Amino acid sequence: MTETAWLRWIILLPAAGVLFHVFVGRRATAAVKIVGPGLVGAAFAVAVAAALRLRALPAGGLLRDHLYTWIVAGPFRAEAALRLDALSAVMALVVTGVGFLIHVYSVGYMAGDRGFARYFAYLNLFMTAMLILVLADNLPLLFVGWEGVGLCSYLLIGFWYEKTENAAAGKKAFLVNRIGDAGFLLGVFLLAWTLGRHGFWTLDFATIERHRDVLAAATVGGWSVPLLVGLLLFVGATGKSAQLPLYVWLPDAMAGPTPVSALIHAATMVTAGVYMIARLHAVYELAPAALTVVAAVGAATALFAAVIATAQTDIKRVLAYSTVSQLGYMFLGLGVGATGAAVFHLVTHAFFKALLFLGAGSVIHGLGGEQDMRRMGGLRAHMSVTFWTMTVAALALAGVPPLSGFFSKDEILSSAFTGPHAVPALGVVGLVAAALTAYYTGRLVCLTFLGPSRVSPEAAHHLHESPPVMTVPLAVLAVGALAGGLLPVPAIVGQAGEAEAPLALMALAALLAAAGLALAYQLYVVRPDLPATIAVRLGGFYRLVRDKFRVDELYDALVVRPLFAAADVGARGIDPKLIDGVVNGAGVLVATTSGLWRRVQTGNVQHYALSFLIGALLLLGYYVGR
Amino acid sequence: MPGTAPLTWYLGLSATLFAIGAVGVLVRRNVIVIFMAIELMLNAVNLTFVALARSLGSMDGQVIVFFVMSVAAAEAAVGLAIIIAMFRNRETTNADELVTLRW
Amino acid sequence: MSVPLFLLLAVLLVAAALTVVAHPSPVYSACALVVTLFLLSVFFVGLDAQLVAVLQVIVYAGAIVVLFLFVIMLLNLTQTEQRPTPGAPLVAVAVGGGVAVVTLVASALRRVTTPSAPGLPAGFGETAALARRLFTAYLLPFELTSILLLVAIVGAVGLAKRRL
Repeated sequence: MTETAWLRWIILLPAAGVLFHVFVGRRATAAVKIVGPGLVGAAFAVAVAAALRLRALPAGGLLRDHLYTWIVAGPFRAEAALRLDALSAVMALVVTGVGFLIHVYSVGYMAGDRGFARYFAYLNLFMTAMLILVLADNLPLLFVGWEGVGLCSYLLIGFWYEKTENAAAGKKAFLVNRIGDAGFLLGVFLLAWTLGRHGFWTLDFATIERHRDVLAAATVGGWSVPLLVGLLLFVGATGKSAQLPLYVWLPDAMAGPTPVSALIHAATMVTAGVYMIARLHAVYELAPAALTVVAAVGAATALFAAVIATAQTDIKRVLAYSTVSQLGYMFLGLGVGATGAAVFHLVTHAFFKALLFLGAGSVIHGLGGEQDMRRMGGLRAHMSVTFWTMTVAALALAGVPPLSGFFSKDEILSSAFTGPHAVPALGVVGLVAAALTAYYTGRLVCLTFLGPSRVSPEAAHHLHESPPVMTVPLAVLAVGALAGGLLPVPAIVGQAGEAEAPLALMALAALLAAAGLALAYQLYVVRPDLPATIAVRLGGFYRLVRDKFRVDELYDALVVRPLFAAADVGARGIDPKLIDGVVNGAGVLVATTSGLWRRVQTGNVQHYALSFLIGALLLLGYYVGR
Repeated sequence: MPGTAPLTWYLGLSATLFAIGAVGVLVRRNVIVIFMAIELMLNAVNLTFVALARSLGSMDGQVIVFFVMSVAAAEAAVGLAIIIAMFRNRETTNADELVTLRW
Repeated sequence: MSVPLFLLLAVLLVAAALTVVAHPSPVYSACALVVTLFLLSVFFVGLDAQLVAVLQVIVYAGAIVVLFLFVIMLLNLTQTEQRPTPGAPLVAVAVGGGVAVVTLVASALRRVTTPSAPGLPAGFGETAALARRLFTAYLLPFELTSILLLVAIVGAVGLAKRRL
């Protein structure tokens, strides 16, 4: 382990950006255009330098930057310290690199918006929090970043807060994440308590890994501690990374600006759950049951979300459900023991999903705000850069070789069949989802860019390719999507024993991808009348899928309404009647009794004299009777 | 002396006078008469003191009576002055009508 | 005082007291009050309190009641009360209270053991004896009483004047 003072700059540079944008930004829009992306670019440069330095160290080495002692509570200690090992280096590079490109893109996308400086302030704040999360040396600090990105997600989803739906979407994201965070915290507490019982009062990752044996043997209430910790932390991951059952906030999060969707809800924040489990794989290795749960939930989510995506008409919604589905793949990978493959997919997904979102943003921008794919079509001719870059991303997402998505997805699937914790049934689920992925991706491209134009006249009038400040990042990301398969991520991050994909599986995956794309082309370009007929034939099932299986409505009925009803009882029943009743009643009581008692004051002296007499009699009687 | 009235008789007589005076204070409406009843009560107390002074053989009881009398005189003077003042304002000496300190 | 004399005077005394309290006309009440005070004075003589008896006549009967009559005549309050007694409840309570007082005292007295009368010192009840006590042990109250009388004079004049 090598001590260094560099890592802090990766975080401090965006943090300085926050201060700049908050205090100076509003008056200096031109400066914001440079400072916003510039600071993130600088952070990226520092990250690259740090990564190179890390590479120069012998295997297993890591860089550590200790800032100060943060928490001292009795025997418990938590340091404000950062670490850079292979995993966090990969994450930091992805976050700063993709983040930089998206900052540049935002300069074009958000140009002229009233909240321009506020946007970059939030975005820089997000970068700061996310980098804290991935560079943290211990769980409490990771949680600081965890909460920070949640906050920024809320702020950015509801960025155009004048519209109530946007604010509501922000609230939904925050609240659903909160549920996940509760589970996360319980897991952290259990871990701290278990380690504390054996005298290790700290939660930094090195200590956790070193004392695995202690955790392995620990039980509480008959349950194995690693199992409980693993499951509880995973609850947090389902919230943050939008898995079943806490994924419902992500589609609504599309209310935010599209670059936000690209950065936060595709490339970085939603991957926090994946990172967290990868980081704590030492704990998860001790509880194979927890890993199976992770894999099962991941696979189920992948399939579920892919099905919903096939019937959505809003271009951003398709991508949102696609993200949920792809995150499911990553958790599937983690659950079958292929940590390296999962992180590899995280990286490639960051490239092509961010690209898809930014491309969608370009389309929306070019059409003057249109997001419904039924009113697009034939845009290939007018927005060629956007078209070509998005097509590259789509092919990568579909898993067409030799693009990046193919390799990463394939590694996960092969581990599902033959890995250290293989669950072949889930592998089959993954293949089905892969086929659906190819289909809906092809559908998206066909509806948007190919075929006859269904664009409305006002939008057509507006139609133009986006400016270079937006198209250049698209191109850069496209290179990543194309060539990302070459990155030796699994080798860097993965553990020993991860399977190499057998050729048969690779062929099958490629075939499924091609089939899905071909089907989409057939249905949406060659015979565009067919989808409507099929929808009618499928009737109720189609409507169910289109309405996203009515999960939101289910949650509304099961959770939201009872809570509101209970709150209603409190607010309209208990509060005015009981509590106000008691308080007002006290006043009324005083008033009534005084109203009765004051009648004693008749003003008639003889009545007073009578009272004297009675009092004297009582006194006399007492003494006589004694 | 044969058949001297015992002390308790004097005290009982005094209590009776006191009770009569108390009833008079409470029942009569003419403020002058109320005042007279108060004087009656004071005299009952005087009787008690004198009887006990003789019984205990101490002059202190009679000294107290001396003071009671002088204070009663002062009180009567001031009280009657108040009655005069009230009568001048309200033309009435009916206790039932002097109730401005009512609730 | 001998028993028969005591009983006679006691009956007269109570009768006079009742007249003070019960008679409708204030003037009659005042006269009855004078009678009461005189009778009390006789009692005082019988109880070896000669100076006090004289003072009773001079101060109480001679000054205070005269003052009462002055005021009655001055303000012409000779009218009898319309209804000599107010509401029945008040009368009942008051009378009841009075009876209660007497009963209580009587029951208390029943248990009192009369102290064996020590022999009375010579000159008991005479001016010299009273003066001796007054100007030695009770000097302070005496002086305060004089101030009290001054205050009473000033107060009475101030209250009764038409214009200060």
